Amino acid sequence: MSTPITPALIAEHGLSPDEYARVLALLSREPTLTELGIFSVMWSEHCSYKSTRIWLKTLPTKGPQVIQGPGENAGVVDIGDGDAVVFKMESHNHPSFIEPYQGAATGVGGIMRDVFTMGARPIAMLNALRFGAPDHPRTRHLVSGVVAGIGGYGNCMGVPTVAGEVNFHPAYNGNILVNAMCVGLARTDKIFYSAASGVGSPVVYVGSKTGRDGIHGATMASAEFDDASEEKRPTVQVGDPFTEKLLLEACLELMASDAIIAIQDMGAAGLTSSSAEMASKGNLGIELDLDHVPQREAGMTAYEMMLSESQERMLVILKPGREAEAKKIFDKWELDFAVIGRVTDTRRLVVRHKGEVMADIPVMALADEAPLYERPFVQTPKREPIDPLSVPQQNDYGATILTLVASPDLASRRWVWEQYDHSVMADTVQPPGGDAAIVRVHGTLKGLAMTSDVTPRYCLADPVGGGKQAVAETWRNITAVGGVPLAYTDNMNFGNPQRPEIMGQFVGAIEGLREAGLALAYPVVSGNCSLYNETNGQGILPTPTIGGVGLIADVRKTATMPFKSAGEIILLIGETRGHLGASIYLRDICGREDGPPPPVDLAAERRNGDFVRGLIASGRVTAVHDCSDGGLALTLAEMAMAGGLGAAIEPPKDLPLHAFLFGEDQARYVLTASAPQADAILADAERAGVPALRLGETGGAALTIRGGHTVAIAALKAAHEDFFPKLMG
Amino acid sequence: MKALVHITLKKGVLDPQGKAIGHALLGLGFPSVGDVRQGKFIEIELAETDESRARDAVKQMCERLLANTVIENYAIELRP
Amino acid sequence: MNSAVIVFPASNCDRDAADALAKVTGKPSRMVWHGDASVPDDIDLIVLPGGFSYGDYLRTGAMAAHSPIMKDVVRRAKAGTPVLGICNGFQILCEAGLLPGVLMRNANLKFVCRPVPLVVEETQSMYTRNYAKGEAITVPVAHGEGNYFADEETLDQLEGEGRVAFRYVDNPNGSARNIAGILSENRRILGLMPHPERVCDPLTGGTDGKRLFEALL
Repeated sequence: MSTPITPALIAEHGLSPDEYARVLALLSREPTLTELGIFSVMWSEHCSYKSTRIWLKTLPTKGPQVIQGPGENAGVVDIGDGDAVVFKMESHNHPSFIEPYQGAATGVGGIMRDVFTMGARPIAMLNALRFGAPDHPRTRHLVSGVVAGIGGYGNCMGVPTVAGEVNFHPAYNGNILVNAMCVGLARTDKIFYSAASGVGSPVVYVGSKTGRDGIHGATMASAEFDDASEEKRPTVQVGDPFTEKLLLEACLELMASDAIIAIQDMGAAGLTSSSAEMASKGNLGIELDLDHVPQREAGMTAYEMMLSESQERMLVILKPGREAEAKKIFDKWELDFAVIGRVTDTRRLVVRHKGEVMADIPVMALADEAPLYERPFVQTPKREPIDPLSVPQQNDYGATILTLVASPDLASRRWVWEQYDHSVMADTVQPPGGDAAIVRVHGTLKGLAMTSDVTPRYCLADPVGGGKQAVAETWRNITAVGGVPLAYTDNMNFGNPQRPEIMGQFVGAIEGLREAGLALAYPVVSGNCSLYNETNGQGILPTPTIGGVGLIADVRKTATMPFKSAGEIILLIGETRGHLGASIYLRDICGREDGPPPPVDLAAERRNGDFVRGLIASGRVTAVHDCSDGGLALTLAEMAMAGGLGAAIEPPKDLPLHAFLFGEDQARYVLTASAPQADAILADAERAGVPALRLGETGGAALTIRGGHTVAIAALKAAHEDFFPKLMG
Repeated sequence: MKALVHITLKKGVLDPQGKAIGHALLGLGFPSVGDVRQGKFIEIELAETDESRARDAVKQMCERLLANTVIENYAIELRP
Repeated sequence: MNSAVIVFPASNCDRDAADALAKVTGKPSRMVWHGDASVPDDIDLIVLPGGFSYGDYLRTGAMAAHSPIMKDVVRRAKAGTPVLGICNGFQILCEAGLLPGVLMRNANLKFVCRPVPLVVEETQSMYTRNYAKGEAITVPVAHGEGNYFADEETLDQLEGEGRVAFRYVDNPNGSARNIAGILSENRRILGLMPHPERVCDPLTGGTDGKRLFEALL
């Protein structure tokens, strides 16, 4: 009883005629239905990176601190004293659009498994979310579902969610982005990898039972949406954080022994990708007998079991003879444990069910031999610069600041992060709301600074510049709290790569990431690509989300954003040219989205950042905040609101006021210091070749810019905090 | 046989979920919607053929675990 | 003082509680698995920690209240061993009948995590004796189901007997009479939604919780 493999069935599995011809050549025969399913998920964009691999290879991934770069479940970076930080970011965009709560929840669960698979205990979560216009009819439903889903899963796991981003733009109306990042801690001598070894070793399935969840989730994530995909709801997976918490504890308990040879979570394409990856990395084969797979539903076929995306499952290769000891641990945590196969030397993935061979595929056909495309691309045309004098000025910049602090992209995100447990584990030194979150390394004085950033409107205007800026902004945010940036993870969210202009955005962004990584000695150690983020041919803004992690040697020596006390001097580090192109001022005040993004001078970025970090380490500054969206005015407003304390600012005469206040020039920080200290800092800056400017003084209950522009801090705060509760009702 | 257990909040206990559902239904254009209460529905397969023994067992389950009688009522329905 | 922290499936503040106790008592806290039959005899304080025991499925705390260890916890509590239930632990104490009332879904249906100001209502207990009556302290909450409910008679009785230990200044969850924590009749069981174990270090939010643990010495 075999299903005939028709052209329609092949197309339904997302394989092109050329790709199917390649399947025939690799197998030297027609595939079975199960094999077709396996090829379809392994050769999907999501698993094979077929459009992006050649570009991803160009990124800098090495450094003395890097223990494991891209290619494993997560990146691993040395933080000294035998400790390592393990992290990765991953998207769950398409499932979250269809079913926001479960889509976001399982995204969180999946990225946590990626981290604890490596032997790390998750210690922090971040989320970068992009939604459509606030007034789009679906936006509220999606925001509330995604936020509840992230909280529902992460809170139950007992891992603090400490940082992230929320943006709105009509380009995401039909295709939201949910990028979740997990950061974990491990010992450098207890890192676990996925390469199979030891012919004859048992292949063990642990965790939840397999059901018919999310069959073809991986192929869904690689196909554009159309209105019919609303009907795909039944294939969305449902998360069970309770089981994941037990799985985490059970895995860590097993990892404390030396029984494990290799371990891999069953993420997208479940049993198929986990077994194929373990075999291919070990250059070995795996035989599975599906009769032993714990099943939740009766009558599941081999096809369904191999493609199921049921959550909270892991595949483990144990040292022979250690099964009983391992089973005892999983019994204690009331989780399924089943030996479902063994490692072979055939370099083939062989799947048996009810005594019949349902699939027999050379492992390399699924990995190295997967299609690889050098897609045609066109570079994004350069935009004409904008002369600030051609941009309308305002009479009352106090009112402008008041408008901007309450605008969708700049308003307080408290409504979001108060739904996440951000203080569990009792190591959160800087909670959400600052430049970067800081989580202490448990039982030490070391800390990890972490942030996620990207400015999609910059990336649309100039993918290379936008890519650079995204990396630089994470580097700057880590620096602004006193951290030494170590490495980053990337989550590349783009449209259809088969369109040359979209591919051009991708190629450009990678070039930007590459340049920034090299100049800042800040390598990428893990990442994920999400392509085909389009609805009815309408692409999203190119969004290469960057998740950065830095090290803080002593968590007692960090900086925070709020103004601390009246009478302190406010300094601006970095050069201000008043760049208004692609700025928030231009978009939200003038209603224009044109112009190039601010140039990123990576040498200045590094020089200014190193200078600021030095000031923090030596305790010479009382507050630090970087300049980003909305420019200097927003930086000052945020510091004032956070501290409940005003400031008087003296703008320089050589720039139009709107360009000075709202220009989004990069590599800048605002800091405060006592008067004598400020003089010394200005002198040091001059010696170090760092541009520095005295902006004014803290004090009072209003933010005042000389020339009659004043706004009360209380009014700013009320407007800033009001946006989200009002939007969400 | 099969036991069908309905668990509902007692009268007078605030039911924010029911309230939110009612609000949403009104928003969807069902003006006739009045008070909405949300509860739980639990199906239990029982290896038991005697109805009164089954009812006793399920009553015990409700009292001890399925319902919190501080705030919840339960109703049991048995099907062969 | 010898303390034990009960670990239920999906407890997630068990380590935080044990760390806070170790810091104050100078002795490691004993981690006791929910499937065990009994709490060790030499234990002077039992802590039911925060978390999502059994995923909060069915009703928060309901299934944990029937864990094997709870028979012994109830027996020990009735014999006078102090029991502290934090967050999910408070929910379990209510479900186990060691404290009156029940914790329902937050009134706005949302999980809430924030430092909240509390008023210490009652200092006549081994947990609260280091605070001043009426003192304002700040302790974080992190829960989706912390909305304390009991009938009017029970509430009157709790207030009349001085068993309301803490009240919210700005009610985050809809709790009846702003109740954040209550004592048992013998005043040796405390259940509270806020997390004192998270505020035992000035670097991570303050030390207002540390005094609760210090009071137990």
